Amino acid sequence: MAVELDVFVGNTTIMDEEVYKLWLDGYTVNDAVKVRMEGGVMEECEASADVLLSDTMDQYRTFQMCERLLHSPAKLANQLLFQITPHRQAVLIERYYAFDDAFVREVLGKKLSKGTKKDLDDISAKTSVTLKSCRRQFDNFKRVFKVVEELKGPLVENIRQHFLLSDKLGRDYAAIVFFANNRFETGKRKLQYLTFQDFAFCAGQLINNWTVGAVDHMVEDMDVDLDKEFLQELKELKILITDKDLLDQHKSLVCTALRGKTKAFNEMEANFKNLSRGLVNIAAKLTNTKDVRDFFIDLVEKFIEPCRSDRWTAADMRLYLTHYTNSAHILDTFKHQVVWDRYMGVIKSCIFKMYHD
Amino acid sequence: MPGKLKAKIVAGRHLPVMDRASDLTDAFVEVKFGNTTFKTDVFPKSLNPQWNSEWFKFEVDDEDLQDEPLQVTVLDHDTYSANDAIGKVYIDIDPLLCTEAASVISGWFPIYDTIHGIRGEINVLVKVELFNDLNRFRQSSCGVKFFCTTSIPRCYRAAMVHGFVEELVVNEDPEYQWIDRIRTPRASNEARQRLISLMSGELQRKIGLKVLEMGGNAVVGYLQCFDLEGESGLVVRAIGTACTLDKLSSGSAPNTNTHTHPNTAPASNACNSPSKDGKEPVFGEDLLSSSGPPTPFRALPTSSSSPPPPFSPSKPCSRQSSSSDTDLSLTPKTGMGSGGSVGKEAGPLKTLLRQQTQTALEQRGASSSGLLINTGEFPFFTLTSFPPGFLVHVGGVVSARSVKLLDRIHNPALGNTRSYKLLDWNSVTADEPETRDAWWEEIRQEIKSHAKALGCHAVVGYSESTSICEEVCILSASGTASILNPRFMREGCLDIGIADHRFEEPSPPSCGFCHIPYDELNMPFPAQLTYCYHCRRQKVPDVLFTTIDLPSEASVTGKGCLIQARLCRLKKKAQGEVNATAISNMLPFMEYELHTQLMNKLKLRSMNALFGLHIQISVGENMLLGLASATGVYLTALPAPGGIQIAGKTPGDLSNDHISTIQKRINDTIAKNKELYQINPPELNEELVGSPIPEPRHRSRLFRSHSESSDEVSELDLSHGKKDAFVLEIDDTDAVEDIHSLLIDAPPPSGFYSCNTEVMPGINTWTSGVQMFTSVRVFRLSNANLTNQGLNKIFTDLCENLLKSFYFKLRSMIPCCLCHLNFTVAVPEDELIQVAVTAVAMTFDKDQTQEKPAEKPITKGSGDTEEQLQFSMELCADSSLANSQPPSKISGVPESSNISSRAASVDYGSFADRCSTWLELLRLKAHTIRRGSVKTISSLERSSPLPDGRSRSLRSTRSFGGTSVTVVKMTPLSFLPGTRIIKYLGIINMFFIRETTSLREEGGVSGFLHSFIAEVFAMVRAHVAALGGNAVVSYSMKECVFMENPNKNQAQCLINVSGDAVICVRESDPEATPSMTNSAQSCSSETDTAT
Repeated sequence: MAVELDVFVGNTTIMDEEVYKLWLDGYTVNDAVKVRMEGGVMEECEASADVLLSDTMDQYRTFQMCERLLHSPAKLANQLLFQITPHRQAVLIERYYAFDDAFVREVLGKKLSKGTKKDLDDISAKTSVTLKSCRRQFDNFKRVFKVVEELKGPLVENIRQHFLLSDKLGRDYAAIVFFANNRFETGKRKLQYLTFQDFAFCAGQLINNWTVGAVDHMVEDMDVDLDKEFLQELKELKILITDKDLLDQHKSLVCTALRGKTKAFNEMEANFKNLSRGLVNIAAKLTNTKDVRDFFIDLVEKFIEPCRSDRWTAADMRLYLTHYTNSAHILDTFKHQVVWDRYMGVIKSCIFKMYHD
Repeated sequence: MPGKLKAKIVAGRHLPVMDRASDLTDAFVEVKFGNTTFKTDVFPKSLNPQWNSEWFKFEVDDEDLQDEPLQVTVLDHDTYSANDAIGKVYIDIDPLLCTEAASVISGWFPIYDTIHGIRGEINVLVKVELFNDLNRFRQSSCGVKFFCTTSIPRCYRAAMVHGFVEELVVNEDPEYQWIDRIRTPRASNEARQRLISLMSGELQRKIGLKVLEMGGNAVVGYLQCFDLEGESGLVVRAIGTACTLDKLSSGSAPNTNTHTHPNTAPASNACNSPSKDGKEPVFGEDLLSSSGPPTPFRALPTSSSSPPPPFSPSKPCSRQSSSSDTDLSLTPKTGMGSGGSVGKEAGPLKTLLRQQTQTALEQRGASSSGLLINTGEFPFFTLTSFPPGFLVHVGGVVSARSVKLLDRIHNPALGNTRSYKLLDWNSVTADEPETRDAWWEEIRQEIKSHAKALGCHAVVGYSESTSICEEVCILSASGTASILNPRFMREGCLDIGIADHRFEEPSPPSCGFCHIPYDELNMPFPAQLTYCYHCRRQKVPDVLFTTIDLPSEASVTGKGCLIQARLCRLKKKAQGEVNATAISNMLPFMEYELHTQLMNKLKLRSMNALFGLHIQISVGENMLLGLASATGVYLTALPAPGGIQIAGKTPGDLSNDHISTIQKRINDTIAKNKELYQINPPELNEELVGSPIPEPRHRSRLFRSHSESSDEVSELDLSHGKKDAFVLEIDDTDAVEDIHSLLIDAPPPSGFYSCNTEVMPGINTWTSGVQMFTSVRVFRLSNANLTNQGLNKIFTDLCENLLKSFYFKLRSMIPCCLCHLNFTVAVPEDELIQVAVTAVAMTFDKDQTQEKPAEKPITKGSGDTEEQLQFSMELCADSSLANSQPPSKISGVPESSNISSRAASVDYGSFADRCSTWLELLRLKAHTIRRGSVKTISSLERSSPLPDGRSRSLRSTRSFGGTSVTVVKMTPLSFLPGTRIIKYLGIINMFFIRETTSLREEGGVSGFLHSFIAEVFAMVRAHVAALGGNAVVSYSMKECVFMENPNKNQAQCLINVSGDAVICVRESDPEATPSMTNSAQSCSSETDTAT
């Protein structure tokens, strides 16, 4: 004796946001029922476990049927099968494309290939995100990557238009695509303290300032590839560390400005040359793809770690970088002001973002 | 040659990939009507093809326009092999044939394939130009409006109610034809879909003819059903109520429905003695209710002895002859493919239909010469709610059932051996419609005589149904015997002779219908009569059962609730006549038990009347299922129900303790229910009036829900009325279980109400939240040796759990009421029980409803105030429009587009009358762009083909771009709360088949059916939107036949749905709809008028 068939179809598709979340999180029907029972829905409407099971099954089926549409969200708006309010559609899409920070940290900067997909069970075990959910998130990354790869125009806009995502989520996906395309290394132990949001912020900076798109708005891959010409020009900054006079002049300018304003002044003065060398060397090496990948690890190793060991505060960091950048403008022999600003603008905001515990 | 049908294929989208190599599709479209086919060019390599075809023109008879659907087939072009079909769209042209309905069909239709489901969408434009005056062509009945709604549609007034119309057509089921063995499942399904579409078109046309003949212009309460009789064929039958409807237009609007004030309704005369010797019990279950030793076999019409139907059973002698009332010859049209003998394939099918047409016509001819015997024959009305004053008195429910053995339609030889009780008809077994007609004729006769026995001249809320298992078929009909106000009727429609009441003192509208229509001294059954608790002048019964909706003017105490009686009875497997006899022997007992269950549950809720009673008995191989649903209410005019008392007859097995515990539980339940449903009748009335009421509070008997010998029943009956006591004797464990099962029914959780009528008695503050849903459950009984008790428990639990599931799912809508809960049960296979439910959840404003009963316990029926409000609003809308041409409140639509669209529609059939009414003007404004698209937007389409130009104004506001879809609300009710229907666009009547050979891959049976139901909804919505509508009212799923074969990984399902496509706008009065914003879906035209 058993219920062999059990369906409930509303003219307006009924979707419970809580169940949707459980489904997205990869819970099986039975596990979802358990979670819901513990959540206390049963008392709400004098429901029994059977009712809950039946409801959960129905909802899961609905979501499965919708999933095909969610893969190309634009279709959801003009499909006829499900009558879903626009607001609800937006919620469905937004939630479907939402991801776990723990998961995204694991795949950020990795190639979105079959190889990575095979490792998902390890990631699942490590992050305690269910494999099903990992797969969905990974497939979402890959789908977005594939669609925007060959599109012209601004990356964030393209993502938002094709996947009808919110501005915030669109930016996050832009970051993921950008990282995947440039294969930035984010997995090293030293980088573990950085959150996805740190990287996403940096990606935004890089996209807005260092890519082709920052100069020309209508080229393919404009926001995905770094501006090669700019990278080439960055080599010119080397003069700041190779020219001894310039280096000393720069240091004295910075120290004059900083003196008395911070407790860490002594450390700043002592480390100036090292730190400056670090930053300029990073700039000079960015023509190599390999070094681009190591951009973040270099920033941490060459700049953030030394500062942190000297116990700079965030305010110290701000003060130092501001003056470091601005002082270069006063150097009469330094001719690369534009490139310097374009470089330091990004570096500054990235380091501000990354300088935390 | 009265019509030109024009179709244009605009574009497709979301097509499936048909070419694996390119991941694309080379799609083209075939447009077929009748035997003419046009093709578009192939649009290569695209999933979103833009055909922008020319206008394909079909010049056809209007008869064909009524019968045939436009068939649009999307195919994938293949250079080397046969073209692959992607899917089809069937478009019913009928709404275009009525000048008052839609004028163009335009929109995106889901492309449907019976194997794959929906595969993309296609944008189609269809128009019809009718050339001649329609009335000259009697073969067609263009212009007759059809409504599923079982009340007078909201923007019309009934000038005349003509009466009952019925028709049926029969054919071989393509699924059972020999060719089915060699054709693909797809071809077979499509043949079936097409055939049924043809048959329903034909049926509608024939009914329309009857209506025209009666002088009417519309059919209200149109109920069409399919009987899938398997090997013996396919019957499509329909009943309805012919009316002459006037559109409410300026001037006449406000006073139309009120011109006969209920106060003037004549009261029944107590002294009037019905000449019929009252032998029928009350509450119509006609069989074994409370009255003396019942004759269980009365359910079976003894057809051998019943008088022959009035029409002559003669077969049509010549296909060329014209019938008496038409001058149009029946010559088969060109391209009809007259394939010699009857009963083979496509061509012959048509000839067969034609033959039937003629038969019907001949009958009609005969009947019209015979002083309208046929039409006047049955004073039945399929309506369930009425204009004020229409319904004078209500007698009770009348029902009749009959068990028949099905014959093979085209095989008289077999028919001879199988025919059951139809020996007289053997000679005409080949002429099936007459056999079926005769079956229904018998049943209707019986209903009519039951009504007469109750002193009534009419039956309202009438419906018919069948249940078929293999070769056994149960035909059922039921309705409410009543007396109607003859002023609404055409003369001769009702046999008013016996009911010609002296127009005495008028009875108040709030209780008049409760007053007994029969003679008190010569009652047809033993009943407790008291003076009406409302007016104190007339007698009323102690309980009232009806199949209609609660009259809007009725006064009710507290709230109502859904009451269900459920019953399972095992039966031995048998064949042929033995089986039929066994079933017919069981039927009366089942009805009796259902009735007692209902009665007891009613008492348990402290209520005294049932509305919307619907009893369904389903037959399976090894069991019978009975399900009775109704909405219980406390009618203020009727006496308060007594309590229920229990006593042990044989003290041996049951201690007094036990009995008193049960008694306590029952008393507690009654008390709890009184509180729950806010039933606190004004008791002071008794002393106040001081009229001679004999024993106003009496205790009712609790019927033993158990098949007992009839003499025991009569013994109980003797005690009735004399003793102020219980009648339940617990003498065995069965009885105890019965009582337990009474108490099982859980009340709905707080915040919920449920009913199976249109609206909940006692709630009249509906807000706009509406959620229509369909739910299907199939239960497999694995235990082979189940008892009746065990089965009952399972069945009851199944229904109760379903309700619980609904409450849970819809909890976000609280406070809300599940209205029009319509349960359908079936026994699809040996061990399976299937329950399908369609209902609507509607939100209401809780504060007001709670306030009202507190202030005055007697709340008026919901519809009343609402209607009055509506009229007054219409009045002011009128005047404002008459005075100042463009009313400011709907000036959101640019004036220029309005003008251009009007100019564009000049060549439409009857432009003048179309724009004459303000309603039309309003509609034009709401749909200007839609109209305009026909003529003027074609250039626009080319540039932006995706957004279908017409729906722009109808579209709800979307948060993001792209094309969007018109929101279409659906409801089984005749209205949508908070909105006003401004136009009926035509009837929606669709039949779909879905089949799969990959059941597991589609998510098992549940996944399969879930997506199919969703697809059916989608197709209904798309058709409504294409007609320019934004809602479906009176929606119902009349058939859901599900078959599975998990071993073969296969399943098949057939669904038939119907409803009325309408345009509704938000009620302009902001106070009438306070919380519009909490609606999940915003009605699209609401946003229009709001802007």
